[in-house]
Amino acid sequence: MKLLEMKHIKKQFENLEVLKDISLTVEQGEVLAIIGPSGSGKSTLLRCATMLETIDDGELLYLGEKAAFSENGHAVYVKNTELKRMQGNYGLVFQNFNLFPHFSVMKNIIDAPLRVQKREKEEVLKHAQELLKKMGLEEKENAYPYQLSGGQQQRVSIARALAMKPKILFFDEPTSALDPELTGEILKVIKNLAAEHMTMVIVTHEMNFARNVADHIIFMDQGVIAQQGTPDELFNSNNPRMREFLGKFDS
Amino acid sequence: MNLMTMLQQLTGGMLVSIEIFVSTLIFSLPLGLLICFGRMSKNVVLRNIAAVYISIMRGTPLMLQLMVVYFGPYFLFKIRIAPAYSFIAVLIGFALNYAAYFAEIYRGGIESMPTGQYEAAKLLGYNKFQTFFHIILPQVIKRILPSLTNEVITLVKDTSLAFVLAVAEMFTIAKQIASSQTTMIPFIAAGIFYYVFNLLVAVIMNNVEKKLNYYK
Repeated sequence: MKLLEMKHIKKQFENLEVLKDISLTVEQGEVLAIIGPSGSGKSTLLRCATMLETIDDGELLYLGEKAAFSENGHAVYVKNTELKRMQGNYGLVFQNFNLFPHFSVMKNIIDAPLRVQKREKEEVLKHAQELLKKMGLEEKENAYPYQLSGGQQQRVSIARALAMKPKILFFDEPTSALDPELTGEILKVIKNLAAEHMTMVIVTHEMNFARNVADHIIFMDQGVIAQQGTPDELFNSNNPRMREFLGKFDS
Repeated sequence: MNLMTMLQQLTGGMLVSIEIFVSTLIFSLPLGLLICFGRMSKNVVLRNIAAVYISIMRGTPLMLQLMVVYFGPYFLFKIRIAPAYSFIAVLIGFALNYAAYFAEIYRGGIESMPTGQYEAAKLLGYNKFQTFFHIILPQVIKRILPSLTNEVITLVKDTSLAFVLAVAEMFTIAKQIASSQTTMIPFIAAGIFYYVFNLLVAVIMNNVEKKLNYYK
């Protein structure tokens, strides 16, 4: 089943075309990695996919349902109530965590399931405890975000996103704000999620990680998909831009 | 007049001062938030009305504003002013004036919030109301507390301006006694009162700040 479809997405800031006709699909259970140099539009693409930005033209579908469609060269979004409902299909893990600093770790995780999804408190608490355990944070449920390391905060934010039981989880450069030694713990968590067949879209700078965890990689350059395919196809490609980009990481 | 009667009368004034102080906070803190919403609204008309309001309230003396609120109904609509209106006029004037200052303090706090907090709330499905009152405002209050303390301390001293409408608050009474009895004592008592009052405000606000230090 197609959980996310983006068709001919265009996005412009002022006069700068950031996304030029991007199309992609994400199947259930798939892990898609989006790589590319800074300014290639990969973060904008993710922000459009999570509706933090609106697209100028193109189509956006979640689980086959249209959130936005193209009409006379402009994207038209469906009603807000519909969008809100569709938003429940996915979660996002931010580069700089964006935890709620005034909530304890536990409250960060359970507040939205209780307040927004209005789920049973007992079930939500149990789910949260499972997630904390999975993230190796059982001891931290009463801590506040500022008392945690960056890696721990990011794991809480992953737990917070998972507590909503999303069908897709988006990651916006989840390790970019972390020290190199903390990057590993996050990558391990994402790898474990992949092993559980969690559908994920990951914008990342970690080439080796993308290669290891992704089923499909999109290489973006100057607002277009310069190349895409399986990790093997991409890392052995002869595309000069791709080679140049990979070369920077080899050296 | 002996010292006891003097202090007795001053105590009456003190209670009125405290009444002005408390009512002003009760009315102007929420009103300021409303004005702040106007000031930050997407609606240009609303935004400009709030901006002009704040500009006038901050740009003219509170004493003048009190007189306008008190005499305005008579000069504009020929409504006879009841003597009891002077106290109400003081409360209205103070609330309107302080709301303008509070609105700007709220705005500063709200604008200092990182957009990531709104984005995280949006992705988790919180509606606008929940996002503001549950996620944003508690953090804003922590951020603006030092500026609020400043404003509240100013308010304690500003209550003495109620004397222009002859409201029997601390300073009005101190002035009356001082001139009728030709003594400095009421002024000294008044000074001590304002100082202790503010000391109390500072201690309380300091404690609130400490209470909110459970997170960063």
